[in-house]
Amino acid sequence: MYRSHVLVCGGTGCTSSGSPKIIESLQAEIKKNGLKDEVAVVQTGCHGLCALGPIMIIYPEATFYTLVKPEDIPEIVTEHLLKGRIVTRLLYKEAMTDEVLKSLNDTDFYKKQHRIALRNCGVINPESIDEYIATNGYEALGKVLTEYTPEQVIQTILDSGLRGRGGAGFPTGLKWKLAKGNDADQKYVCCNADEGDPGAFMDRSVLEGDPHVVLESMAIAGFAIGASQGYIYIRAEYPIAVERLKIAIGQAREYGLLGKNIFNTGFDFDIDLRLGAGAFVCGEETALMTSIEGKRGEPRPRPPFPAQKGLFQKPTILNNVETYANITQIILNGPEWFSSIGTEKSKGTKVFALGGKIKNTGLVEIPMGTTLRVIIDEIGGGIPNGKKFKAAQTGGPSGGCIPAEHFDIPIDYDNLISIGSMMGSGGLIVMDEDNCMVDIAKFFLDFTVDESCGKCTPCRIGTKRLSEMLEKITSGNGTLADLDKMEELCYYIKDNALCGLGQTAPNPVLSTLRYFRDEYIAHVVDKKCPAGVCKALLSYIIDADTCRGCTLCARICPSGAIQGKVKEAHIIDQSKCIKCGACMEKCRFGAISKK
Amino acid sequence: MKSLEELRAIREMMQGQMGLRNEDSNQIRVVVGMATCGIASGARPVLTALSDAVQTKGLNNVAVIQTGCIGLCQFEPIVEILEPGKDKVTYVKMTPEKALEVVEHHLIRGQVIKKYTIAELIG
Repeated sequence: MYRSHVLVCGGTGCTSSGSPKIIESLQAEIKKNGLKDEVAVVQTGCHGLCALGPIMIIYPEATFYTLVKPEDIPEIVTEHLLKGRIVTRLLYKEAMTDEVLKSLNDTDFYKKQHRIALRNCGVINPESIDEYIATNGYEALGKVLTEYTPEQVIQTILDSGLRGRGGAGFPTGLKWKLAKGNDADQKYVCCNADEGDPGAFMDRSVLEGDPHVVLESMAIAGFAIGASQGYIYIRAEYPIAVERLKIAIGQAREYGLLGKNIFNTGFDFDIDLRLGAGAFVCGEETALMTSIEGKRGEPRPRPPFPAQKGLFQKPTILNNVETYANITQIILNGPEWFSSIGTEKSKGTKVFALGGKIKNTGLVEIPMGTTLRVIIDEIGGGIPNGKKFKAAQTGGPSGGCIPAEHFDIPIDYDNLISIGSMMGSGGLIVMDEDNCMVDIAKFFLDFTVDESCGKCTPCRIGTKRLSEMLEKITSGNGTLADLDKMEELCYYIKDNALCGLGQTAPNPVLSTLRYFRDEYIAHVVDKKCPAGVCKALLSYIIDADTCRGCTLCARICPSGAIQGKVKEAHIIDQSKCIKCGACMEKCRFGAISKK
Repeated sequence: MKSLEELRAIREMMQGQMGLRNEDSNQIRVVVGMATCGIASGARPVLTALSDAVQTKGLNNVAVIQTGCIGLCQFEPIVEILEPGKDKVTYVKMTPEKALEVVEHHLIRGQVIKKYTIAELIG
């Protein structure tokens, strides 16, 4: 029995900012101070506030410490754990008010959130099945197996209004119903954990923080559609998540919660892992299943849909990690509870990975229908350095951008589609006035060019041509006709590509053209990049009146492009300048500007 | 796992311990003085006894926490019990045994053990 639990975040974010060292040092200090039998150190999943990691929470006081360093540990142990004095200098200070707060749930970051999928992340030890059970874990599976018929399970999910969290938003209950309706000697339940969108990490965090919820929900799905085998397809680049899943599967088998005759009801279900080698296209459902079969991960045309002929030609359902993370709560709290959260056509909550130009980089879960303003300004703490919001990118390379004019639109599946973006898996990248929208479109296009599997021509060649046109524009050689050609090609690719990857690949271009055409025109007509990002369109200039002739810029210029005598104005030779910006950064008189 | 009862037995066993991580603001707070004076007069065994008892008995609405010097060093170990909407009760010169009585009578049954309170001692 411990009188205090010290929770240290062991998500990927905090692990890379040094939480393993903190845990090691904590254990050593606790031992040194003779508190080994009184204080437990628990490694948890992600708390969401990755920007302030490593994060530590000490219970029962629920003290929230941020940016903890190994040097801080002796003080935390002797002051807080031994004498009960909170180390105030390490407390989480609210980004917005600078007010010192002690409890987690009172902070701006958490108080507007509604954590369903993330409810256990940062709360339990993901490597302990007992802690999962303590938070009502496996109760939903037990309830379903002993009290429900498969039809009732499907009806419950249908009634809840849950839609797939992987991006497209297909009703989950309907997917299950279709698979249930197809008879076969063997069916499969698959989990898509091949999170590939740049900037998205919510699935990883659920798997790292609460792996059992995915296992339990997959077993429920297996019961509902009549499957006895499940596969989790997860990227090999998620080593912590893979490890915790392996531990979780082992524990669940040991407890008889996976395997034969679960809860003595005659229901058999087991789960195996399949590691993906990091191809973006393997997140597409048909390519994912082809990859599980051991073949090269390429998509195939639909129909037949997976519910008819999926994995190994058998009826299969494939749901995303976050979708599964909602299932157990719907069973336990009822479909009415779930459908009371969110908007008319998008029920429940959505997890977003906040990234880019935002103070609180991290993971947030908000009810559907929350506005971008609340997510970015209130929960995210706003944009750093007093810069102005320009746009937010959702849906990664398949999505589009939301400009400032839609800052107050309630975010749900249908609203995002109507403004030319999409929910996607939940990456949300914030951009400010310093981001060039043409450059952003080019970034995502380059990503799809790299990741196109090459099976169909519109995607393989079309995205390459698009990327070339963007390159032409950003290097200052574009024409207005290129903009129209690009748009035409975008629609051609959308209509003709084989799979979701290709069909959505032009979205970043289309949505930036829609909302930021003026930026494209500035690149093409004025040969200027308004945000000052595209190097070919940029020149650094020294203002002769402000320059004191200190020679500092000339000395640090890596390409020897700056000429000038001591105490005389300097000049940049544009033909030699590589536009690194080092001179502007170093100038003490603000004499250098970029245009 | 052969039955839901089996699952629930594990849950109940674990929930007492997990109750430590409860963040409900309506919790009863049991505050143990753990400054040098408190520790010197034996507050640590009192703290662990309280914490263990609360968890074993599954009192999820009770948080056992530490605090610094209350200023009455001669009466240490001191344990204060703060219940929402009720007057603070201050127990003085506690021992692990007395602490267990407090859990049994005060926290579970709601009966203040007057003879251990500071009011009784100072009169």
